[in-house]
Amino acid sequence: MGKLKNSMRKITKKNLMTYICLAIGFVIIQSCSAGGLLTFQIKGLLVPVCIYIICAVALNLVVGISGELSLGHAGFLCLGAYGAAIFSKITNGLIPDPIRFLLALIIGAAVGALFGFLIGIPVLRLNGDYLAIVTLAFCQIIQNLLNVFYIGVDKHGLHVAMQDPTKLELEEGGQVIVKGAQGITGTPKDANFIIGIILVFITLFIVLNLIDSRTGRAIMAIRDNRIAAESIGIDVTKHKLLAFTISAGLVGMAGALYSHNLATLTVAKFDYNTSILILVFVVLGGIGNIRGSIIATVILYVLPELLRGLQTYRMLIYAIVLIVIMLFSWAPGAIAFRQRIMERLKNRGKGVQ
Amino acid sequence: MKNWKRFTAIVAAGAMALTMAACGGSSSGNTDNTDASSAAQASSAGEAAAPGQAWYIGGIGPTTGGAASYGLAVKNGIQLAVDEINAAGGINGYPIEYAFQDDEHNAEKSVNAYNALKDWGMQLLIGTVTSTPCVAVEAEAEADNMFLLTPSGTSVDAISGANAFRLCFSDPNQGVGAAQYIGEHNLAKKIAVIYDSSDVYSSGIYEKFAETAKEENLEIVCAEAFTAQSNKDFTTQVQKAADAGAELVFLPIYYTEASLILQQCAAMDYAPLFFGCDGLDGLLGVENFDTSLAEGVMLLTPYAANSDDPLSVAFTDAYKAAFNNETPIQFAADAYDCVYAVKQAIEKAGATPDMSVSDLCEALKTAMTEITFAGVTGEITWEADGEPNKTPKAVIIENGSYKML
Repeated sequence: MGKLKNSMRKITKKNLMTYICLAIGFVIIQSCSAGGLLTFQIKGLLVPVCIYIICAVALNLVVGISGELSLGHAGFLCLGAYGAAIFSKITNGLIPDPIRFLLALIIGAAVGALFGFLIGIPVLRLNGDYLAIVTLAFCQIIQNLLNVFYIGVDKHGLHVAMQDPTKLELEEGGQVIVKGAQGITGTPKDANFIIGIILVFITLFIVLNLIDSRTGRAIMAIRDNRIAAESIGIDVTKHKLLAFTISAGLVGMAGALYSHNLATLTVAKFDYNTSILILVFVVLGGIGNIRGSIIATVILYVLPELLRGLQTYRMLIYAIVLIVIMLFSWAPGAIAFRQRIMERLKNRGKGVQ
Repeated sequence: MKNWKRFTAIVAAGAMALTMAACGGSSSGNTDNTDASSAAQASSAGEAAAPGQAWYIGGIGPTTGGAASYGLAVKNGIQLAVDEINAAGGINGYPIEYAFQDDEHNAEKSVNAYNALKDWGMQLLIGTVTSTPCVAVEAEAEADNMFLLTPSGTSVDAISGANAFRLCFSDPNQGVGAAQYIGEHNLAKKIAVIYDSSDVYSSGIYEKFAETAKEENLEIVCAEAFTAQSNKDFTTQVQKAADAGAELVFLPIYYTEASLILQQCAAMDYAPLFFGCDGLDGLLGVENFDTSLAEGVMLLTPYAANSDDPLSVAFTDAYKAAFNNETPIQFAADAYDCVYAVKQAIEKAGATPDMSVSDLCEALKTAMTEITFAGVTGEITWEADGEPNKTPKAVIIENGSYKML
């Protein structure tokens, strides 16, 4: 066993640690749940935490690895959620539930990836902060567009209108699925923690392996020095586009999970603030640090809920925690301090051996 | 070779996750009331009565963020009713324990708040205050078969299950009510509508208003939408309404935007009649708003603070005495009535607090349709689908306060 460990590459070890930590966390939560130790509150938080972990890890692929800033990931989340919810509403009862949900997840991912790809084509050819601006606009456009869409279904298929539901001209027995600003209600609740955690593992597997692959190195090379990367024959646009599309696809998948967790889905939720929330998870967890994103998401999402007992003071404390984490992960003094601690731990470990 | 090791490691981790998933699955259906009551015992409130010896009533609504004034009003309204009932000996001889959780007007947070209240031991829910969160919470409450009475969740889907009732009018009913009121009282023939197309409440009212207006022979000369992203400058919409010659501007929106519209109309010397729904309630409390601009604005609301109805007077005085002389808004009155409606239903059903959440819900479901409730917001009966039957009331703003029409 020791030999095997030594022969493993450092990165492999690090990635394995991430998987194992997550698996241990999962096992602890599941056994607590089985033992009846978890409160309803914690149980209710499990799926949203999974959703935001997927978003944060996926966004980290764009922000940390590819070095581009996206301010519109809530837009992809929204599209994935809508795509999957519409599919589920139409096919509910026609296809067995597990298969329908699996297809809905795939559709969510596909919709997210498609729009990520379409946006990426023009924007990622440019050099500079254009992606941030375009994704920001994209998020706003998606919100405004989906707000006016009415989609209904009857025997003749899908009807789309942009004014009000009466314009759909549905036949008797038809069903209005998307009601403009009122969004989609009554999506079947299929999401649970196990599916959530499986999707987190899938996301991690895709992102970590992409980072360590030849393609991932190329993406990071572009991030570090675009001209140098181009000079050795790396196709800049192709690689950036790949990272961005994968990220958008994963977020779309998270969106599908989101829409199958809550009975209501309105675009108002997916505004600029949600994009920033995900970005906060990424930045505070450490840009480019996948494990950090997971930890930051868990802490920052669960904390305000656990502080409910403090009533109105909880937002104040949340703000202080944000600042403390930011200092801890980014201030030069804190970084040096952390390195000293790690060094000491390592030395002690060696001494014991 | 190295890839192979990595692969096996991941498969091992995945397999572990799957086995655990199988183990965990068996217990996931365990949502009966026992852990809830044990959690309630453990909860911090030292003086709290033991579960089964008190009614645990929960409330959810926004106490922070943009819709906070509604949530706070509901929170206070419930508090006032609970204190009164407890002072008078409780319901069926048992006191009420009451907890209110913030949801920031966010569906996701609202479900979290609901779960937190379940941990506290909630037996029935008065909430949620706003529509979209209510739809999400109602789905959860329906799954638990928990009785839900929303004071102000107006969207149709907010009470989709058989367990849910509401005290206020639904959005479509408000739209219908407004159009009928304008038609019957011959207020105007040419109407302009300015509404928020990104808002469930606003677009819901507008849709029905437009339909009913046709039946009432009212002409909608222009319908201008804005969205939550563009809710500061309304000069275009106001200009269009003025150009179309509208005699009345219908505002099925919230009071913050309405105050801006009134200011911008005044700046343009455009003075039509203004008519709104219950979202305009709170208009007189907007900071830095010249309330003289609101003179003559009509709105549909079930409650006016200065009405001479004895129940309203008693409520208004009690509320002012309890909360720093603050004048209650309609949401507070709705919430206050909710508690008394629940009290009446519990008494009708002869329920006791040691019943399980689900049994209590079944008992109340039947009792709600049997009672005739007379409260601050009027006389109400309920249908089995949860919708209230009551007559819409309109008020006009005169000399800085509401006057019943």
